[in-house]
Amino acid sequence: MKFRTLRRHFRESFKTLGRNGWMTFASVSAVTVTLLLVGVFVAIMLNLNKIADDLEHDVEMKVYVELAADEASTTALAEQIRETPGVAEVIYSTRDQELERMVQDFGEDLKLYEQSNPLREAFYVKATEPQQTAKVAQTIDEYPNTYEVVYGEGKIEKLFDFLNFGRNAGLILILALLFTAMFLISNTIRITIVARQTEIGIMKLVGATNSFVRIPFVLEGIWMGILGSIIPILAVVFGYLQFYDYAEPRLRGEMIQILAPVPFLYIVTGILFSMGVFIGIWGSFMSVRKFLKV
Amino acid sequence: MIKMKDVYKKYTNGVVAANGLNVQIAPGEFVYVVGPSGAGKSTFIKMMYREEKPTSGEIYIDGTNLATLKNREVPFVRRKLGVVFQDFKLLPKLTVYENVAFAMEVIEAPSDTIRDRVTEVLDLVGLKAKARMLPTELSGGEQQRVSIARSIVNRPKVVIADEPTGNLDPETSWDIMNVFRDINEQLGTTIVMATHNKNIVNRIRHRVIAIEGGLIVRDEAEGVYGYEI
Ligand SMILES: Nc1ncnc2c1ncn2[C@@H]1O[C@H](COP(=O)(O)OP(=O)(O)O)[C@@H](O)[C@H]1O
Ligand SMILES: [Mg+2]
Repeated sequence: MKFRTLRRHFRESFKTLGRNGWMTFASVSAVTVTLLLVGVFVAIMLNLNKIADDLEHDVEMKVYVELAADEASTTALAEQIRETPGVAEVIYSTRDQELERMVQDFGEDLKLYEQSNPLREAFYVKATEPQQTAKVAQTIDEYPNTYEVVYGEGKIEKLFDFLNFGRNAGLILILALLFTAMFLISNTIRITIVARQTEIGIMKLVGATNSFVRIPFVLEGIWMGILGSIIPILAVVFGYLQFYDYAEPRLRGEMIQILAPVPFLYIVTGILFSMGVFIGIWGSFMSVRKFLKV
Repeated sequence: MIKMKDVYKKYTNGVVAANGLNVQIAPGEFVYVVGPSGAGKSTFIKMMYREEKPTSGEIYIDGTNLATLKNREVPFVRRKLGVVFQDFKLLPKLTVYENVAFAMEVIEAPSDTIRDRVTEVLDLVGLKAKARMLPTELSGGEQQRVSIARSIVNRPKVVIADEPTGNLDPETSWDIMNVFRDINEQLGTTIVMATHNKNIVNRIRHRVIAIEGGLIVRDEAEGVYGYEI
């Protein structure tokens, strides 16, 4: 194929968008609706995934050490915890480090405690299996210099159940959504086919090859897919930024965190954009395929 | 130029529309194909541009056998022909100019060649002033001129036409016939035209091939229509 022919196909594909007025509008709307729903669900899913991951990997116990414990007994306690079955990781944190964490989580105001730090030393302990957290915590609680062991307690189990449910439900919803979308779009295409049938027949009559007929259609499909992805991308980006501004300060210091806008929104934008392009290519291939045998 | 040898065509519904056609058409000839409705005229025409494939037999266009032609080679044979239809078959959303230019874009002609040549043929059929109009803004006769312009724009050796005046009033039909005459006489293009128009066949004398029941029943140089309608 000559370069000028490729240029002709590009020019033609843009012109056809305008010439086909309402058909373009119908197809672009179908893509828009689809991607809007996909965008919202992808955003929810990815965040649920992130929360589940946070919890699964970061379910840690915090073991407070008795204030009375001296350095030797603290070291002994550390050794004891490390050798407890089911313990994966033990990190020691001094009183100063504890205060630093507090300042990070709750703000500079707490710096005034630097004069007389009321906090205890602590061990951050992770279980090899998140589900074993409760059992390990109980064991450690029995040790002589343990003041207290804290973790999500009963909430954790419930959260796991909820997250698993949420992830499965989300997956089913996305599949159902994609199915509906395919149906919606192929219906739109079926309507446009009837109008295109004669057109393609005439093109082939004057000696157009299959690819000569197909390429402008496919390009047109790509433009429609891209046009259809604009509104969903903007909606998800601005919607999420709003939501993030609202939710992020409220979750500060909590175990659960939502995804930061970067790179999350780039990923969602990429997904929506490529889905738009894919739907466009797929749609136009489907719509011309049948009529190229003439 | 065109040669058919024992061409036989049976449609899937069992209708035999060509029952052993043998014919030879020389370059530069003007041939009418006549016969009653359902005789097989359109089938005869369609097999020449490979819209239909013969069930058996051989069809040569400029040396290429259409009966054994592969599907992907069909476009290249069609480019050697110009085809004109009763219902014009113009692309409804393209302007007159774009419709004619399309046939040249298909053969990947350079854009300045396209511009010059399209203007030239539109001038030839008397439609230069209406180049920017859409087919729906034209009369039937004008639309047929556009389709004739499109059929000759790539300088084919043969133009085949299936009842090109079938949808036109008598006055306009004569105008269209004059365009075909010019193409045949001035450009030396071979013309094969299926027609129902008795007056035209009898007044502008050319070779007449009469088909009935898928058979050639008469083939005369300077023939007459020969049917009462
Ligand atoms: N695509 C087709 N499928 C089945 N039968 C057809 C088809 N095209 C034409 N025929 C039949 O073949 C015969 C010849 O048709 P056609 O070539 O169109 O005749 P004409 O153009 O002389 O009127 C008719 O009986 C017609 O019904
Ligand atoms: Mg006919």
